[in-house]
Amino acid sequence: MSVLVFADSTEGKFKKTAFEVVSYGKKVAEQLESNLVVLTINATDASELHKYGATKILTVANDSLSPFNAKQYAAVLTQVANKENATVVVVDSSIDSLYLAPIVAVNLEAGYASNTVALPTSTSPFTVKRKAFSNKAFSNTVITTDKKIIGLAKNSFGIHENPAEGTTENFDAEIATSGIKSESIERVTGKVTIADADTVVSAGRGLKGPENWPMIEELAEVLNAATACSKPVSDLGWRPHSEHVGQTGKPVASNLYIAIGISGAIQHLAGINASKVKVVINTDPEAPFFKAADYGVVGDAFEVIPQLIEKLKAFKAA
Amino acid sequence: MKILVCISHVPDTTSKINFTNNDAEFDKNGVQFVINPYDEFCLTRAMWFKEKQGATVTVVNVGGTETEPTLRKALAIGADDAIRVNTNPADGFLVAKELAAVVKNGGYDLVLAGKESADYNGQMVPGMLASLTDFNFINGCVAMEVEGTSVTAKREIDGGNQTVTTNLPLVVGGQKGIVEEKDLRIPNMRGIMMARKKPLQVLEPTGAAASTSISSFEKPVPKGAVKLVDADNLDELINLLHNEAKVI
Repeated sequence: MSVLVFADSTEGKFKKTAFEVVSYGKKVAEQLESNLVVLTINATDASELHKYGATKILTVANDSLSPFNAKQYAAVLTQVANKENATVVVVDSSIDSLYLAPIVAVNLEAGYASNTVALPTSTSPFTVKRKAFSNKAFSNTVITTDKKIIGLAKNSFGIHENPAEGTTENFDAEIATSGIKSESIERVTGKVTIADADTVVSAGRGLKGPENWPMIEELAEVLNAATACSKPVSDLGWRPHSEHVGQTGKPVASNLYIAIGISGAIQHLAGINASKVKVVINTDPEAPFFKAADYGVVGDAFEVIPQLIEKLKAFKAA
Repeated sequence: MKILVCISHVPDTTSKINFTNNDAEFDKNGVQFVINPYDEFCLTRAMWFKEKQGATVTVVNVGGTETEPTLRKALAIGADDAIRVNTNPADGFLVAKELAAVVKNGGYDLVLAGKESADYNGQMVPGMLASLTDFNFINGCVAMEVEGTSVTAKREIDGGNQTVTTNLPLVVGGQKGIVEEKDLRIPNMRGIMMARKKPLQVLEPTGAAASTSISSFEKPVPKGAVKLVDADNLDELINLLHNEAKVI
C-alpha cells in the first residue's frame, strides 16, 4: 500500500504547489501508515523533493511527454498507481493537474475529491474538507471507493520542509496514444503568474481607465507580485481576461492580496477569499471589501499608490 | 454536427450560501437558480455552430424536476431539445456516468460542458465523461473552431495559451473566452414562447453509483474587523504587513 504524489513541473521546473503536495502526501502516508511514492515527469532535478519528505521518487523522462498531455500523463500516473499499489493519489490544483485527475479517476475507478483544503479528518470513513459553492463554504466529503484521489487546493496546506533520505529511480512508462496534438504554446515570460504568485495586486473600475495601470504594474513589480483585475475591468477590455479574478475568473489563493479601487462584489470576494491576507484601498469607506479585508486604507488610489510604491521601495532597500 | 451541451442548475452567483438540516443540506430557500455560468459560455458557442455551420443542439441535465426551468431557459436561448436524467446528482462521477450513457446512445459529435459548476466546483465531469466515452478531451478551452471533423482549439495554461488540434468526437471543458461575456444570449419573448413547445425528454438513470458523499457543510469562520490605516500613514501599513501579517 502506498500514497502516490504527483509533483507537477513546467519546462522541467517544479512549481511551489509541487512542494506543497509532497509535504501533504508525507503526512497522509503517516496517517495511513503507508509508503510515500512521489512521481515526476520530465523534471530537471527531482532530488529537490527530498527536502519536503519524499523518500521514494520515481522519475519519468520521455520527450514524447513534452509538452504536457493530459491523457498521456494520466496513463503514466495510472501505471505507477497500479504498480505501487497506491490507495491514495495526491495531485495539486494546477491547470494541468485539474485536466488529468478526472481521467486518472476513471482509470482507477477512484473517487476524486478536488479542492481539498486540509489533511483527512478521518481515514475510516475517509473524510476530507473541500471548498464548495465557489469558496463561500466547505463540504466534508467522504470518499467511499477503495482507491482515492485528493486534489489539494493551492496554498491551503503550505510547504513544510521535512528532509528525508531516499532513492530516485527511473520508471519506464508505456506511452499512451493521445488524440490531442500540441501546435504551439504562447506564454508570457518574465512575469509572475496569478497561479504562482505569493502576492497579487488587483485593481478595479476605481482606476478610471486602462491608461492608469502603469502604477499598478509598478506596485506589483516592487512586491514581485502578479497583476489582476476585477470582472468589469476585463469586460470593458481595459485588461486581458487572463487577469480577471473572481468567481467566474481565476481563483486567487495568494499570501497577500491587495485590492485597489475594487468595491468587493460577492462574486469577487468568493474568488479571492482563499488568500491569506487581504488589503483594500478604496475611496468609499462603505465599500463591501472593507468587511472582508484584514487591512484597509480609505483614500484615493491616485494619491495612495504612488506613495506606497515609494515607501515600499525604501523598505525593500533598507 | 450533433452537439450536446451539459447544463448544471446552480445558485445565482450573488446567492448567500446557507445550510439546513444540521448543516447536512444546502438551503435552497430564497435562492435563485440559473444556468451554470461556465455552461452558459458553452451554450452560446453551440448556438454559433448551429447558426454558422449547421448543427443540432441538445441540452442535458442530471437532476430532479426542479431543474426543468433551467433547461427551458436553455431552450429559450436556442437549443433544439432537452434531456433530463431523472436522478439526484450526488457527485461528479455519478453525473459523468449518467451523461456517458446519454452520449453513447445519442450519437453526439461534440459535447460542451463548463469546466466547473458554480455550486460544487468539482472540475471533474468533463474529463470523466471524455474518459468514459473514449472521446478526445480539451479542458479549460478558451477558443475553438471545427471544420469537418477537425478541431483547432486554444486552452488556457499557466501564464498563457496552448493551441491544440484534435478530431471529433470531442468533449470540451469550456470557460469564458470560448465566447465573451458580451456575446452571451439572453432569452427573448419569442424564444421563451417557442421553448415551451420544444421537446424535453425525461430519461430514467442507469443507476450509476456515486464515489463520494457529503457528510456535512461548513461556512468559513467569520473574520475579525478590518484594521484601518490612515492614508497619510502608509509606513504603518508596511509595518503591519511586515511585522504582524508577515507577508512582505
